[in-house]
Amino acid sequence: MKILVCMKQVPQKDAPLKLNEAATWIREDVSYEVNEPDAFALEEALRQKEKHGGEVVVITAGPARAQQVLREALAKGADRAVHLEDNAFVRLDASNTARAFAAAIKEETFDLIFTGLQSDDYGYAQTGVVLAELLGWPHATIIMQIEKTDSGIKVKRELEAGYFQFVEMPLPAVLTIQSGINKLRYATLIGIKQAKNKPLRKVALADVQSALAANMQTIERLYIPQKTKNTEFLEGAPGEVAKRLVEKLRNEVRVL
Amino acid sequence: MPDSILVIVEQREGKLNRVSWETLSAGQALAAETGWTLEAAVVGSGVANLANEIAGKKVAKVYAIESPKLEPYTPDAFTAGLKPFLQSKQPSLVLMPHTYQVRDFVPKLATAMQRSAISDCVGYKKEGDKLSFTRQMFQGKLAADVSFTCGPPWFVTFQNGAFRGDKVEPGASAAPLEILSVEIADDVTRNRPQEVFKEAKQAVDLTQAEIIVSVGRGIKEQKNIELAKQLAEALGGELAASRPICDSGWLPMDRQIGSSGQTVAPKLYLALGISGAIQHIVGMKGARTIIAINKDSEAPIFEIADYAVVGNLFDIVPPLIEEVKKAKAGA
Repeated sequence: MKILVCMKQVPQKDAPLKLNEAATWIREDVSYEVNEPDAFALEEALRQKEKHGGEVVVITAGPARAQQVLREALAKGADRAVHLEDNAFVRLDASNTARAFAAAIKEETFDLIFTGLQSDDYGYAQTGVVLAELLGWPHATIIMQIEKTDSGIKVKRELEAGYFQFVEMPLPAVLTIQSGINKLRYATLIGIKQAKNKPLRKVALADVQSALAANMQTIERLYIPQKTKNTEFLEGAPGEVAKRLVEKLRNEVRVL
Repeated sequence: MPDSILVIVEQREGKLNRVSWETLSAGQALAAETGWTLEAAVVGSGVANLANEIAGKKVAKVYAIESPKLEPYTPDAFTAGLKPFLQSKQPSLVLMPHTYQVRDFVPKLATAMQRSAISDCVGYKKEGDKLSFTRQMFQGKLAADVSFTCGPPWFVTFQNGAFRGDKVEPGASAAPLEILSVEIADDVTRNRPQEVFKEAKQAVDLTQAEIIVSVGRGIKEQKNIELAKQLAEALGGELAASRPICDSGWLPMDRQIGSSGQTVAPKLYLALGISGAIQHIVGMKGARTIIAINKDSEAPIFEIADYAVVGNLFDIVPPLIEEVKKAKAGA
């Protein structure tokens, strides 16, 4: 199984975010990490390779700092990496990001392409599905299980409220992977060492420019959400806070 | 052609997904503000009766897009069924609820039409002629007003609870209904879906609980859940959790609250060590009173909390349990 995993680098979950001057994006002087659903997608790809053999290739589109995500993936066991390296990739919409990926992998033949189900920064949940349409491949989203079958794969799709559905699909296909599908592995010291020698191909914006179009949407403004609730903050020593909470529970919430 | 708004409602196995009323409500609000015509469509096989249900609301026309190939749902069939319809109708705005099913096909449909979708919106703004759609970013820490820079049709999906389904206006009379049979070739659908099923034998129906004590990653270790359990017991409530806790197997899946778990609206929701990621919030923002304890003052959960404690839950919860017990004992 030749599997491509599309990965994204996003601001760390607890990173304090500040708006840029134009208030159209955040200031980039924060710490970054791999988008968590993508880490699960990578883990799933590595497990499929361990079961069925093949190759796992990871790809990301972003500034130089995004290489870290690829290095970690290689250290965990991915075989090759592709870095679409340019600051401009950060501001592409999902459609363009998918176009960039499709252009970068034109010469390759994958059986499966995984993405995380959505990114922790934008949260659009689109790139994988757009990519499937651009490639003309079938797809399924929010996947919790993948089994190989004679005719392709059988996947377990998560639905709302605890419901699930099995779907049989031919290959090649695109799957967006749900967090919690598996348990993430840690990179070993040997893995980290070996990662240094694994191929990392850089692709410039110019190489895929002809495949891109103008963004079809734009962020007019980014801002701290307006509070609609009047939150009462309770401060003080834990014992005091506990007493005051109970007062609220008794007098306001009326559950005591 | 005059500008129109098309609401595509969702049905599962012949029943309208309730969240469709929220989308219709959004469509009515947008139609009122823009002056555009509001129409609705339902997609499936044998869905004329559902179209009738929608026709009772204030909407100019309702379409039933019919084909046996549209049941069960597959992204291939839905795209093949909707694309020619949208190309001929040319609505300016296409609105849908941000359900798991819509997420599965809207980006495909939009791409097939060389268009784009703004997903998971919580509202909209009209400034002069310009429409922008508000959505949460960075797990709810920031909000963005996003607008389209391409031509119509513009695809927008709305988050659960962003609009009130009970605010949808009835029509003065039944809207005209048009049933459109679409041709979908045999080789279009590549996925073969099986029956939908529920996995966890639901031992607890959290939707019936008046008081819920919920834990997130801040609980740190499985053994600490005992503390939350004691608080739940002291209050006479149920224990629940955000997704990562259930994924780790620390609590069973039927305790999960959020977009992939249960949606609850209890009298009291006590969130312990929960940051307030969107996927969790959509499952509990309807609670009458929300109390949040988290050591991160920037945690998005504080946006929707009625009472907030920025602090270490391991310092706060033990005395809280004691005080609750004292209060219950009549002290």
